[in-house]
Amino acid sequence: MSAISLAARQDQDRVHARLAAIAARTRQLAIAGIYRAGSGHPGGALSAADLLAVLYGAELNIPGGTADDPARDRFVLSKGHAAPALYAVWAAMGYVADAVPLALRRIGTASQGHPHVLDLPLSETSTGSLGQGFSVAIGMALGLRHQYVAARVYAMLGDGECQEGEVWEGAMCAAHHGLSNLCAIVDYNKLQSDDRNANIMGLEPFAAKWRAFGWHAIEIDGHDRAAILAALAEAAATHDRPTIVIAHTIKGKGVSYMEDRPLWHGSVKMKPDETRQALAELGATETDIATWMA
Amino acid sequence: MSAPSLIAASGDSLREAFGKALATLAETRERLVALDADIAGGTGLHHFRKAHPSRFFQFGIAEQNMMAVAGGMAATGLIPVVTTFAVFCLRAVEQARLSIAYAKRNVKIVASHPGLDVGPDGGSAQALEDLAAFRAIPGMTVLSPADPHEMALATQAAVDFDGPVYMRTGRSPACSVYANGHVFRIGKGHILRDGHDVTLIACGVEVARALEAAKLLAAENISARVVNMATIKPIDADLVARCAEETGAIVTAEDHNTIGGLGGAVAEALVRARPCPVEFVGLEDVFGESGEPDELAEKYRLTAPHIAAAAKRALKRKRHG
Repeated sequence: MSAISLAARQDQDRVHARLAAIAARTRQLAIAGIYRAGSGHPGGALSAADLLAVLYGAELNIPGGTADDPARDRFVLSKGHAAPALYAVWAAMGYVADAVPLALRRIGTASQGHPHVLDLPLSETSTGSLGQGFSVAIGMALGLRHQYVAARVYAMLGDGECQEGEVWEGAMCAAHHGLSNLCAIVDYNKLQSDDRNANIMGLEPFAAKWRAFGWHAIEIDGHDRAAILAALAEAAATHDRPTIVIAHTIKGKGVSYMEDRPLWHGSVKMKPDETRQALAELGATETDIATWMA
Repeated sequence: MSAPSLIAASGDSLREAFGKALATLAETRERLVALDADIAGGTGLHHFRKAHPSRFFQFGIAEQNMMAVAGGMAATGLIPVVTTFAVFCLRAVEQARLSIAYAKRNVKIVASHPGLDVGPDGGSAQALEDLAAFRAIPGMTVLSPADPHEMALATQAAVDFDGPVYMRTGRSPACSVYANGHVFRIGKGHILRDGHDVTLIACGVEVARALEAAKLLAAENISARVVNMATIKPIDADLVARCAEETGAIVTAEDHNTIGGLGGAVAEALVRARPCPVEFVGLEDVFGESGEPDELAEKYRLTAPHIAAAAKRALKRKRHG
């Protein structure tokens, strides 16, 4: 092996180790925040964690980790109920203090139950009513392109969210306007509030729907961080249409008793023993567990 | 066979006045962009489209997406003006709430075809609830100018105001209330005619009818003050209290449900400051129907004689109070 390729491989290993660490920290802080709040949606926060880690850790260009630079990339969490994971990934990146995810849902804090842009500007917009964040991201992509700003816009949607009519209004709109600076990501964990998507309102054939609406659609394993990186690179290299990354994920990923169980979608009150087990399975240190659960 | 004549571009309507004003304002305001849902011909926005094609954005018949997109465009520093019919603004109230008002975006929502003024399209198209719905959204400024001249001034005030605004225009040819020289300020009512027995507070198309009602009352030796309350929110509470103090009786008149619109705003202001007898002219919690605007105004009691009758009821209560 040549020196150059060895160096490249070491770089790549370092990137992946870093992304794995961001993802782990994101999951830990999200669960700790939900435990401390006594409510919140753990399932969809955990399924989104690898996607968020790769986006913030490797893809988004956010100078200074603030929303101050007009030329920054934008990320909109349209599935606003995954706020615990969003605040957690910012803390994992060092953009905000750990106190932000840990103060989740507390009165008088910036850590609102769903992201609010006036409290936490990195939210980019306020979400929590499904379908709207996606449209707002489309507006950002249109507005940036209109002003010749080369930044990219990313929006993460839930699968259940795609039952909203507004999502398909937006899908038509982004394709019609040829918004190649827009990349949507669906956290396709197959579960929603009450049951499996397929039992509530089936989405399949899902990728075919997006393609029929004029999008470039990529399907990946949403926990394979190398695949996420590759998909985002493919999206950035697509110049004639918006891209949708359909990320197949597992709801509750990383916590054995939560994985693929609809019960853990909704806003739950986590018990101390459940939380201790979850944090241990997610690789939290004893010190962190003790601090967070105090 | 000749081409059908389009009825959209009614020369002296509030919507046309808005469209022309916006096109002119955009010449010196580069950040101004306009959003349409396939009815630019009807909202007055066709003037903007013609003058500034690169700043005109089409969203098709999909108002919920358009409304939230406007929030996103505002987030990049643009000043989006979203236009559709008032009834379709109602369809996107929640998008206006979350993606515009809650996020404090500098978006202007301009609604044409409000109230019975819509006419023959009928009850499905006649928005009678929009002032109430948008007034209830925290931080939303709500305007309903009276005539084409004021509409042009209000359009400029709305565009230059930093914050979300909902503004009603109108479909039908509008009566002229103002000559040149009128000064429009958001949040300020304007006394068009002074009087001391009763105050008629109106907005939109009802302002001209209130002036006519004051003439009818004058013929019966009743002195009616007429106030154009073009800003529904924030309501000019000081002026409302002053009118209660100085005339002791109030009539509100609007092309809207009597619940939650101008009448509601005036009544809320009065009970906080200085209660007095109030009569409400508007739709009495019913839907409209097809018909010409004048026929509908008569049938649903929005015309000058009905405003004058309401004034006499208020006066009677004042005397027996």
